[in-house]
Amino acid sequence: MTAKLTVENVYKIFGNDPAGALERLRRGQTKEEIFEETGQTVGVQDASFSVEEGRIFVIMGLSGSGKSTMVRMLNGLIEPSAGRILIDGEDIASASRETLRRIRREKIAMVFQHFALFPHKTIAENAAYGLKVKGLAAPERRRRALEALEQVGLSAWADSFPSELSGGMQQRVGLARGLATDPQILLMDEPFGALDPLIRKQMQEELLVLQRTLKKTIIFITHDLNEALMLGERIAIMKDGRLVQVGTAEEIVSTPADDYVAAFVADIDRGRVFTAGTVAGDPAAVQLQSDSAEDAIRNMEELNRNALYVLDGEEIAGVVTYQDLAAAGRNGADEPELAQVLITDYPTAPPDAQLAELYGPASAGLPIAVTDAENRLLGVVEPEAVFAQLSSEASAADATEQAAR
Amino acid sequence: MSPSDFFVIPFDDWVNVLVRDWLVPNFRPLFRALQVPVTMVLNGLEDFLAFVPMPLTTLAFALLAWKTAGRGIAIFTVLGFAFIDMIGLWPQTMTTLSMIVTSVFFCALIGVPLGIVAARSNIVWKVVRPILDVMQTIPSFVYLVPIVMLFGVGMAPGIIATVVFALPPIVRLTNLGIRNVRADLVEAAEAFGSTAWQMLVEVQLPLAMRTIMAGLNQTLMLALSMVVIAALIGAGGLGLVVNTGLGRLDVGGATAGGVGIVILAIVLDRITQGLAERNAVTGFSLRQVLMNLVGFKGTQPVGDTGKAA
Repeated sequence: MTAKLTVENVYKIFGNDPAGALERLRRGQTKEEIFEETGQTVGVQDASFSVEEGRIFVIMGLSGSGKSTMVRMLNGLIEPSAGRILIDGEDIASASRETLRRIRREKIAMVFQHFALFPHKTIAENAAYGLKVKGLAAPERRRRALEALEQVGLSAWADSFPSELSGGMQQRVGLARGLATDPQILLMDEPFGALDPLIRKQMQEELLVLQRTLKKTIIFITHDLNEALMLGERIAIMKDGRLVQVGTAEEIVSTPADDYVAAFVADIDRGRVFTAGTVAGDPAAVQLQSDSAEDAIRNMEELNRNALYVLDGEEIAGVVTYQDLAAAGRNGADEPELAQVLITDYPTAPPDAQLAELYGPASAGLPIAVTDAENRLLGVVEPEAVFAQLSSEASAADATEQAAR
Repeated sequence: MSPSDFFVIPFDDWVNVLVRDWLVPNFRPLFRALQVPVTMVLNGLEDFLAFVPMPLTTLAFALLAWKTAGRGIAIFTVLGFAFIDMIGLWPQTMTTLSMIVTSVFFCALIGVPLGIVAARSNIVWKVVRPILDVMQTIPSFVYLVPIVMLFGVGMAPGIIATVVFALPPIVRLTNLGIRNVRADLVEAAEAFGSTAWQMLVEVQLPLAMRTIMAGLNQTLMLALSMVVIAALIGAGGLGLVVNTGLGRLDVGGATAGGVGIVILAIVLDRITQGLAERNAVTGFSLRQVLMNLVGFKGTQPVGDTGKAA
């Protein structure tokens, strides 16, 4: 897949001698030393990453990490001190003002944290701003603005003013403004940061729904790790102007690159990061027709499990527990049949189900069957595995997985 | 011991030489030419106001006052203008009015673009600002003499003196208004690929309009205060009435002229303030400001946000 946007060794120095500061950086001086000696601030240091078309890339970091500077370099609002920024192969770090203007009009749009809606223009005029700058005629502008407002559900407010709308609605207008010009790349600078938590969640979900149809390349800035995990297919963590780690949500949470990242992820809701597939163990099921109850008991003893799934051919027939089989063996003189103790009401989950969705099924005490669309058994999730994965010590998760195998 | 024991600077001689021997002979035609547009606008206005009968003018101003400043001012306008007519000063008031409007027109013509340029460039502002400081603090009598030498006496030089005196507020406030437009809005305009002109017209001017109108109001007030001084160099109107009264120790005549000026000042001040306030929360383009004069556009008072859920 082609990289839509590539950032190569980009630096940004704020001060009156950027070249000098760059030289100092190359010699190994730190950001603090440079500030003390020259009064210049290193905003971004040696940033490199690439974003593929149609993906959401999240840049995360605390205040002062350089993430806002980084996103503003992507559309030239801030000029990089060194490095290249390639959009479809065109370097905008050294582009002329006309080129930048062209790229801003046609390829890349931005959504801002505090909405940045023009208070003297109506909602429709705000949404149409990018189109007006491009020179489209008024009827065409209005039509496309209304289309964009329709996508965010605000077409009824087209002739109202921003001061009449709530924060969440204003940001939707900001989003509509960004979408109206049909850009390929959307830069979002902490767009939901100024909204209250419920609206924020709603907007995140709406963004994902929109993305399914629009498939924009989105660069999303946030300082909220949960938001990053929910939206980002790939996440970059920034600290003091550097990219500390770049990877998927699962990679960052399970293998943090350093103590900073580890501290960052310590408080996140791990139930939303990992899926059933992450914690599933080998199925090791028995067959209803061919295996006996004794086979089942023996399997369970060997694998140190207390329940086992029973398949009928390719499909799942049910699950048997060690206790039920042992009790049946004690009570009846005959050999117990699997069919007698089969529990047919068993919990299932698809492999991409979030851990958080498994809490309920796990509380039943039975292992959860991880199934595909045809109800075939792909794996089994022991209840203990769910909780082990939730804890911060990865070693505990590993140990449980070992035992479950 | 002091510096004057070593150096004496013949500053007054230098200025005399500069103005009398260099500016006047070399640039007189230029300065005379500069008067032409001023005279044209002034004469056009004067003729128009003299032609329109008093009741019609009063009605027009009263309606304007009503739309911009409220019913109380509208009533005051009617009563005040009637009073001016009844004390026999209507023609002079119309002359002064045309002078004021001409002065403010040229102030806006020069001042707003200058303010815009100053807002975009710190260097320009660094140069312009001290010049404005001098213009505002130097006593107006001081530049009356060079103006007479360069432009002669009469209405046009009076207006030029008024423009010099009244220009600074509109330049300062245009500069301030544009610089104070929310930075994130300017950033958003730039992020969507606006040119400098587009940003000015679409975002900066509309949002700075309230401050610019406040500048216009201040310029207007300064122009009114120059009325009497302008009369010293040949301008007519109410200023001349006051001066003549002073010269003859005719207290009644001078007071009558003064009252006329005050009534005119109150009416014009309230109208221009009303125009500024109508651009209250959101700010409108100049076109909308003018359109507001002929029809209500449903502006909301400051503080009433009426937010949706």
